[in-house]
Amino acid sequence: MSNLALIATLLLIMAMAYHLGLTRSRAVAAEQDVRMHSRPGYYGALVALWCGLPAFGLFLLWSFLAPQLIEMLVTQQLPTELVASMSDRELTTMLRRISAVAEGRNVAGGATPEELLAANHMARLQTFELYSLVAVMAVMAVGGLVYARRHISPQWRARNHVERVITWALAASSAVAVFTTVGIVLSMLGEALKFFSFISPAEFFLGTTWNPRFSTSGADAQGEFGLLPLLWGTMMVSIIALLVAIPVGLMTAIYMAEYAPPWLRNVAKPIIEVLAGIPTIVYGFFALIVIGPFLSNLGDMIGINIRTTSALTAGLVMGIMIIPFVSSLSDDIITQVPKSLRDGALGLGATKSETIRQVVLPAALPGIVGAFLLAASRAIGETMIVVLAAGNNPVLHGNPFEAVSTITVTIVNQLTGDMDFASPQSLVAFALGLTLFVITLGLNVIALIVVRKYRQQYE
Amino acid sequence: MNTSAEPMTASPLVSVGSGESRTSKAKDKVKMSAEDVKVFYGNAQAINGIHLDIYENEVLAFIGPSGCGKSTFLRCLNRMNDTIDICRVEGKITLDKNDIYAPDRDVVLLRAQVGIVFQKPNPFPKSIYENIAYGPRLHGLARRKAELDDIVESSLRRAGLWDEVKDRLDQPGTGLSGGQQQRLCIARTVAVSPDVILMDEPCSALDPIATAKVEQLIDELSESYTIVMVTHNMQQAARVADRTAFFHLGDLVEVDSTDQIFTNPKDQRTHDYITGRFG
Amino acid sequence: MSITIEQRRQHRLMTIEKSLAKRHRQEKRFRRTGLAAVVTGMTLVAILFVSILIRGVPAFWQATIFVDVYFDPDVIQLEEKPQKVSGESQSAFEERYAAWQSQAGLVNWQALIDSALEDAIGDEVESRQLRDLRALVSSSERFALRNRFVEDPSLLGQTVELKMLASANVDVWIKGNIDRNLDDSRQQLSAQTRAWADQLYDDGIIKNAFSTALFLNTDSRSSPASAGLAGAFMGSLFMMMVVIMLSVPLGVASAIYLEEFAPKNRLTDLIEININNLAAVPSIVFGLLGASIFIGYLGLPLSAPLVGGLVLTLMTLPTIIIATRASLRSIPPSIRQAALGIGASRVQTVFHHVLPLALPGILTGSILGVAQALGETAPLLLIGMNAFVANVPGTPLEQSTALPVQIYLWQGNELRNFFEARTSAAIIVLLGLMLSLNALAIWLRKKFETRW
Repeated sequence: MSNLALIATLLLIMAMAYHLGLTRSRAVAAEQDVRMHSRPGYYGALVALWCGLPAFGLFLLWSFLAPQLIEMLVTQQLPTELVASMSDRELTTMLRRISAVAEGRNVAGGATPEELLAANHMARLQTFELYSLVAVMAVMAVGGLVYARRHISPQWRARNHVERVITWALAASSAVAVFTTVGIVLSMLGEALKFFSFISPAEFFLGTTWNPRFSTSGADAQGEFGLLPLLWGTMMVSIIALLVAIPVGLMTAIYMAEYAPPWLRNVAKPIIEVLAGIPTIVYGFFALIVIGPFLSNLGDMIGINIRTTSALTAGLVMGIMIIPFVSSLSDDIITQVPKSLRDGALGLGATKSETIRQVVLPAALPGIVGAFLLAASRAIGETMIVVLAAGNNPVLHGNPFEAVSTITVTIVNQLTGDMDFASPQSLVAFALGLTLFVITLGLNVIALIVVRKYRQQYE
Repeated sequence: MNTSAEPMTASPLVSVGSGESRTSKAKDKVKMSAEDVKVFYGNAQAINGIHLDIYENEVLAFIGPSGCGKSTFLRCLNRMNDTIDICRVEGKITLDKNDIYAPDRDVVLLRAQVGIVFQKPNPFPKSIYENIAYGPRLHGLARRKAELDDIVESSLRRAGLWDEVKDRLDQPGTGLSGGQQQRLCIARTVAVSPDVILMDEPCSALDPIATAKVEQLIDELSESYTIVMVTHNMQQAARVADRTAFFHLGDLVEVDSTDQIFTNPKDQRTHDYITGRFG
Repeated sequence: MSITIEQRRQHRLMTIEKSLAKRHRQEKRFRRTGLAAVVTGMTLVAILFVSILIRGVPAFWQATIFVDVYFDPDVIQLEEKPQKVSGESQSAFEERYAAWQSQAGLVNWQALIDSALEDAIGDEVESRQLRDLRALVSSSERFALRNRFVEDPSLLGQTVELKMLASANVDVWIKGNIDRNLDDSRQQLSAQTRAWADQLYDDGIIKNAFSTALFLNTDSRSSPASAGLAGAFMGSLFMMMVVIMLSVPLGVASAIYLEEFAPKNRLTDLIEININNLAAVPSIVFGLLGASIFIGYLGLPLSAPLVGGLVLTLMTLPTIIIATRASLRSIPPSIRQAALGIGASRVQTVFHHVLPLALPGILTGSILGVAQALGETAPLLLIGMNAFVANVPGTPLEQSTALPVQIYLWQGNELRNFFEARTSAAIIVLLGLMLSLNALAIWLRKKFETRW
């Protein structure tokens, strides 16, 4: 909470600095009877920035470094023989207990005398740290303010400086998206490499058995981590989904783009958009309580044994989920085919369907293929529907009426519950995640490039 | 390229003269006829009751300032306006005495008889061969591959494109130059052997050399086809048309032999337009 | 020549005409296929909505027992509720109060409920049937009774009409969500309890009353009848606050940079592909990112809405960037040229002219992004938000679940008969929220739609 108060105070001082800068620039203009380079607001903003930015930067750096420094000092102060006797893990636990005591909370089993002593020391250090932070920040804020305010002159190009700061801030924001990708790759690569120190990549990528025992069953009972059953399950469900979604979605898009009267288009387009936004957990539940039992009964009627939770159930519902996605993407692509091409075919005496099938669709083909690839990537990465409706049966088999398991289901299974970043049972989730990421990345990038080329063709 | 200068030698005035003889020859047979045609876009009236006869094997040009309804009227002649939802056509248009807006009239058949070439060349994203073969294939005009090959070759020859593309028939039509693309589109229309060819400002997207080639082509095609063209360019009308019709604000102001329109218009508006007072 | 041009013309027309019937049939077939696809899609969606509504809407009304409860002084043997005396320190008072409260916890509140039910049934209940009797009412009610008394000790010796939640199994029985003809061994309630439930229902003592528990309570393990969405709702609210505060400003800022300021080169091209790819990365991958970086590396707490919000922020960011860029791109360059032409700087042009015009589009995109985040489940499972949480979180750092995760947890509950309806009701609540957000977005877009 004290951090929030600190930032609030800083903002308050910045507001004051803004005002000071504003009035000062007006005064300078009046005094020297000249036109300032920038409007008064920019001088105010610049003074505020000079006041706030360095102090805020310091705050960030400090919040990152100070706790580590304090921990180090507290550890040094602990009896050396005690530290020596403990493993790293025990030391971390102890430090956590000490800091809890220092915050005035109770710890399980009560604090030992050493811990109490260290906690006192830590509390003192923390108080000192807070006061010194406030003092240094105050000096920097006031220093920046005074410096900038003095500096105000007609020649000072305040607007350009402020705008440069704004541009940099905007650029920094767009770096977040890049860092996200880097973060995904690095974190998954890191954890996956840890996993591969337990299980060789060949065993993982080529293994045909998936049987990870529990981590509690001891180091020797490592279990088998073969990716293939999961990959195959993923493929099976996705293929069923695409078999449902592509024809229905594409024909819907064609109907909407070429045949539907405007009123129907106006009504249907937002509905389709909303459908694309329905949470997948809802589709999963729908699969579980409606489609699964329905298929199972249907199977009984025609004499096939269909499980309630099966590749078919999951695939079918996933297909339903992707229909709006396929149809709105294809719709965009189809409507981008220029009218002149349609007119060309119609003018030769082609019927509407001949125009669509022989001219519009071939022209739109690259874009539509891109849309299909995006749909495939979505099907492969879909989680909740398969968690609920695929049956979690990681065995290699070719029967769509049987339960299967997928990569995403397994990630959820392996990583929920207690999170232990040291056992292969948890770490395998990251190896699976990396596999998933690479597959979908491939599909996405091809799709994006294809679609982009297609767009440029008709721009 | 050596043919490029050829049509230039035929100066506008000369072409008017040669057209006149054809006009008198063809006058006896009315190919298409419009009676009191009105066109509405929603509530706005774009064309206010046009009467016009189009004679067999003539080249008829529509001129007039932009927005005067000449393109709209042209597109009524093979019902291309059907593709625009809010467009409504009233009145009667006949082809060989048959009403083309009659309820039992088949648009597909009509468009096979009245072909159209658009302002911007719009070859299909297929090979040159497929572009030409598309129409005949659609209508089942060729039973064998050899027949189709014949149609493709003769259509390309008629469009004066054969020598330029005969070695790359399997390459995409979109890869040709603008002028070649437009001639490809004309060849595509010719391949169906329509009776009438409509051309909606066929040269407005082309450079002068390509324009000259297309004009020459129109001249040749008029031997066997009735051609109705919209043009922005009065010199072009003077060069290629037998008769010229002047449109203004949705009205057909006057129609007469090209010579007459350009030398001695009856209506003041035509006179003003031709002499460049507006347009 | 034997064949005239005219004859050839006629022959051609005949050829075309012959094929026409077939071609028009094809046309019709194609058109019908298209319509069939639309109808199929819409039907499937209608089935989805209807089946969830049919199951979920009744769950908003829950079997509730309306009985008179006598706060029997013989059972409630408690000292008077402590009042703060002058001169007493706050901590001393609190200690005294806590002692009194734990005393209150030891009172046999169940006995009050038992006798109230006995009265309602109008029959002596033998002690061996007490189990059957207690199966009628939700086990949470004795705590509710205690809380009510602690709040207002003057109830002692009075008789008050109370509405108590019937147990989940009674709710299932009364609504007919279990086959009434199943034999005893497969029924969840004993024959006696079933008989009593029917009797009370016929007497109008058990009624289906609007379930406030669904909205006001948190999840509960011991008494499923009282399980509610309040905790999950707060969790989702906190997450959405984090998402709105972070992803909207960050997304809009980076879209502005990329669209208006960034030079067009290989690097920005790469960033563009990267953003489009991120928008299509499976959501579960973001969950892995959160588990590894926020929880594993930065040591943020498990199950906290803050972490969930951060993960969802990263996930929504590309959506908002793409929507904002599209919105900025739709502003014609003439506006920018006009502003630049009278001497505005680029920053001024963007912030004074372009941004206000693009605002409706940005808003719409942001709302859709937030709605998408609201419904996301998979990544939250990986950062521990599927833990059972019995309290409404007070801050974004406390343990919590979220609405979609609560749906996931409920659908997996062993008490299928009861939770199928409860889950459907929760889905209706979630969909209601999402559809309102979507409707808001669509309305905004329609209202501010401009054609340039």
